[in-house]
Amino acid sequence: MPALTLASAMASAEPSGRRAKPFLVRLLTNLSGALGATVVTLFVVTAVLGGAGATPFPPAQQFGRDRLTAPNERYVLGTDLFGRDVASRLMQGAWNSLRVAALAVAIAGTLGTLIGVTAGFIGGSLDTLIMRVMDVFFAFPALLLALLIIAVLGRGLNSAIIAIAVVYTPIFARVARGPVLSLKAMEYVTAARCIGTREPMILARHILPNMLAPLIVQFSLALSWALLTEASLSFLGLGTQPPDASWGVMLAESTSIAERAPWLMIYPGAVIVLGVLGFNLLGDGLRDVLDPRLRKR
Amino acid sequence: MLRYIAQRLIAFLPTLLGVSVLVFFAMRLIPGDAITAQLGTEAGMLTPTQRAALERYYGLDKPPVEQYFIWLGEVTQGNLGFSIRHGKPVLEVILDRFPLTLQLALMSVIIALLIGIPIGVLSAIYHNTLIDLIGRLFALIGLALPNFLVGTLIIYILSVYFKILPNSGNYVSFGDDPRRNLEQMIFPAFTLGFALAASLMRMTRSAMLEVLREDYIRTARSKGLRERRVTYSHALRNALIPVVTLLGVQAGYLLGGAVIVEQIFALPGLGRLAVNAISQREYALVQGVTLFIAFNFVMINLAVDVIYASIDPRISYGKR
Repeated sequence: MPALTLASAMASAEPSGRRAKPFLVRLLTNLSGALGATVVTLFVVTAVLGGAGATPFPPAQQFGRDRLTAPNERYVLGTDLFGRDVASRLMQGAWNSLRVAALAVAIAGTLGTLIGVTAGFIGGSLDTLIMRVMDVFFAFPALLLALLIIAVLGRGLNSAIIAIAVVYTPIFARVARGPVLSLKAMEYVTAARCIGTREPMILARHILPNMLAPLIVQFSLALSWALLTEASLSFLGLGTQPPDASWGVMLAESTSIAERAPWLMIYPGAVIVLGVLGFNLLGDGLRDVLDPRLRKR
Repeated sequence: MLRYIAQRLIAFLPTLLGVSVLVFFAMRLIPGDAITAQLGTEAGMLTPTQRAALERYYGLDKPPVEQYFIWLGEVTQGNLGFSIRHGKPVLEVILDRFPLTLQLALMSVIIALLIGIPIGVLSAIYHNTLIDLIGRLFALIGLALPNFLVGTLIIYILSVYFKILPNSGNYVSFGDDPRRNLEQMIFPAFTLGFALAASLMRMTRSAMLEVLREDYIRTARSKGLRERRVTYSHALRNALIPVVTLLGVQAGYLLGGAVIVEQIFALPGLGRLAVNAISQREYALVQGVTLFIAFNFVMINLAVDVIYASIDPRISYGKR
């Protein structure tokens, strides 16, 4: 479990002598953290079930006679214009949305951290150059940048992943650079250098472990934005392509018939809000637990 | 101060140059060629000689790097190129759309300020009470609601319960018919303003909480000032500094056009212009629009820094 290794990493990074409660206990006794963790767990389980095909009905199967059926015993969340089961499609959509968001954030997080740490640690003109390049990406509205990238790569899931990753890389770079700047000025880093520790070692042993907290928080928050961006791109018809389900696609399909079949809009809308809310709350909880200094920001 | 502004302006040049390089070459990486994208099926009827003539006419026969420098040279003279589809200079097309985007941005910022700041202040004053809880809940939901969902819901509610269709007709500018214009703009502005209000609320709340703990607030109270005076002229003024930053960044993005909201409410703003230009591969238009958007963005950031100085006397730009 990555959370456990993380917990031990956090515990060892703790400066005080007294033993802190395990990370998970602290997270789950924090209201935001507990709520967020619950919603995110539910979301991930649903997504995995949806991805594995364990849905009530095949998500793309059309039951011609049951078109636009309101929620009932057979179709818990109703059916859409083509007679497809909304619940099954929401589950598949959860998988598609989560996959895109998670992969995009993983790429952005790794790349952005690498860029930010390099810039901050080496400093000087390389730092200026790198951060200026990042500024270029910041000068675009996120969605416009994503659109431009999708125009180059063509529509589809993979393009959406790359587009979202590019949009969020500069944010991670900024978040990672800040702590490096302050950490490398710490006395223990100077001490390590004095006893002849080599630079890569200083980075790996003394700097990276101490900047994990803001990064982990950022990962959780970025996941919530990435979910929103994926939904927006799919809503515009640029992310997940029909007949594959995605929450954004489902919502876009519902707009023309929302008057006759409000459930087509309500359920996808509700799960998007819930998913984003879950990651936001988890992020808040993680911040409270991992980095109390940031709490008041 | 003037020197500071000049320095910052010079520092912005590389950013704008970077934007232009990125967009210019990204556009040329898009599969397919510009002539086909412009003419559609008619492009198939072109003879190779005609096609070559068109490419020469638009400067597309030259290597991309050379094309870039020619374009850059024109841009520095205020010429952003010509939009074939609109039959007008790019700058003119952009300036046609800009008033709408500006109005939408202004209205949503006003709505966000009217909702976000009072709720944030109340939440902080009544920290950890029911009022605070409701305020925080509002912010959480506001941040989790995507624009397109709020927009779709608003349209749904209006059409089902009030039998109104916003923007059922064509867009009317404020100058032509202020009333109709406001009727058309208020819902999109609310859609955009809602999310912004949520983040403003969060920022106001946490900044207020921090400021209210400061020594000078205790001093103000102990010298007998009324609570209202302490809250508004001592605490809020200082708490607004991070709020202004956030507002600046967000307003900068809003001026880039709100792609989704413009799409949902059928408004001809900069966002939709950019999206359509990308899909129609109008090189000059995409380059012009993105450069314009980036320019607005960096300018707003500069304005924010300048506003800082006027609300926070501790910041001075004279010596750095």
